[in-house]
Amino acid sequence: MARDATALALWLRHANAMFANEQAALNALDAAIGDGDHGANLARGFAKVVTKLDEATQATPAALFKLAGMTLIGTVGGASGPLYGTFFLEAAKAAGDAATLDDAALAACLRAGLAGVRARGKAEPGDKTMVDALIPAIAVLDGGGSLAKAAEAARDGAEATKPIVARKGRASYLGERAIGHVDPGATSSAMLLACLAEAS
Amino acid sequence: MKKLINAPEHVVAEALEGMAFAHADLIRVNRDPDFIARADAPVRGKVALVSGGGSGHEPMHGGFVGRGMLDAACPGAVFTSPTPDQMLEATKAVDGGVGVLHIVKNYTGDVLNFEMAADLAREEGIDVHAVVIDDDVAVKDSLYTAGRRGVGATVLAEKICGGMAEAGAPVDHVVDLCRAVNGAARSMGLALTPCTVPHAGKPSFDLAEDEMEFGIGIHGEPGRRRMKLEPADRIAEMLMEPILEDLPFRRGDDILLFVNGMGGTPLIELYVVYRAAEAIAAKHGLAVSCRLVGSYMTSLDMAGVSITALRLDDTMRKGWDAPVITPALRWGG
Repeated sequence: MARDATALALWLRHANAMFANEQAALNALDAAIGDGDHGANLARGFAKVVTKLDEATQATPAALFKLAGMTLIGTVGGASGPLYGTFFLEAAKAAGDAATLDDAALAACLRAGLAGVRARGKAEPGDKTMVDALIPAIAVLDGGGSLAKAAEAARDGAEATKPIVARKGRASYLGERAIGHVDPGATSSAMLLACLAEAS
Repeated sequence: MKKLINAPEHVVAEALEGMAFAHADLIRVNRDPDFIARADAPVRGKVALVSGGGSGHEPMHGGFVGRGMLDAACPGAVFTSPTPDQMLEATKAVDGGVGVLHIVKNYTGDVLNFEMAADLAREEGIDVHAVVIDDDVAVKDSLYTAGRRGVGATVLAEKICGGMAEAGAPVDHVVDLCRAVNGAARSMGLALTPCTVPHAGKPSFDLAEDEMEFGIGIHGEPGRRRMKLEPADRIAEMLMEPILEDLPFRRGDDILLFVNGMGGTPLIELYVVYRAAEAIAAKHGLAVSCRLVGSYMTSLDMAGVSITALRLDDTMRKGWDAPVITPALRWGG
């Protein structure tokens, strides 16, 4: 299936609705092992992305991803701003000047996004971060699985952060007190991929 | 939640506007992107100091902008790092042509955003350096964490480096001095109450009437350990011992001792703690030659205290004693 910028914009619009609705739930997850603002920060960022989408149509998937990345970097703050921003900026680079993205090209964008997040945040699998949701999802796509299956894998990956200690980000200061709480960043990453599956 | 606010989403902007009115002689406030710069910036031929971080720690950092301390400060949302566009514009606005130092507290968000900003500023030809402050001894093993947090040493580094930059020190000296201050400073804090973030509307954690949270950071996050409340003298010991062991401080060292309130603790209690802290320093054979007592790096309305000790050398003492004229710190000159 080939998706143009308008089709992919639907992903970001779904994400905006998702983070607006799930804002309080993400804040609550963050309050348990962080400072309780992850939902509010993402809701603010994606609302701004949608405002910009309404102002001007983006010609290519790369332009759309770049707009999303720059907007998130400028509005979200915290660690998630540069990390999600980098995710979309790297996805934009991978998209090149293609007018549409088929399944393989979209998977390549997501893979590049993940690589960017790992380079910027230096997180390894099992550090209890957004990477723990993204890695299994990309693995499903690499194996030829659907976006829906990838989103499921991301959700399972996020859930699997519950019993582990954090080694990156603010939750790492808690030591064993982080055990028993799902990572908010992994959860929001899984939500973002669920929105992509839904929009596709 | 009882707060003197109009709406949670307007707190940061309205506080910035208030600061602009209150300190028009010292600072100017830029909006969108938000930053506070000293009124006479850029100062040609002077190394510029830029810091920033989430709001909610006032007077840090905006209250330290002015002659002899910071050239600019970038406030983020409450307890949320500011963004690279703010840091980039602040850096450009205060660049005096001889280098800019970013003083960054070691939190993942602050570090990532300042890294991106420094990359962007260098692309525009500005000589940007960064020093990450990580003085919090409550975080033990940096192999398995994001590393020690930047806390009280940030205030000291901003004052000492600001004083030397004002006196004409070149950028390499200011950067080395900042690293030296960070390397010779250690801090530890505790909370008697949690704080309430305006947009969250309720306290960041629950603490019983007879409990305290030991080893806290400055974002209302829970600390290392929860324990029964102790008298101030015992609390001062519990904070000082890990600080003094960690560097380690040695008999005969000359130190700066900083007792900091977390926002909701009255000055009278800070002096009770300071009394004990200076006595403990004396017991360990340390000479206290510089002192700071007050709420300079806060967590909104949290009641609590942190202690920072810095082993001084002559350059640091000179930077500390140098004149400073900012909204929150003023002496000399």
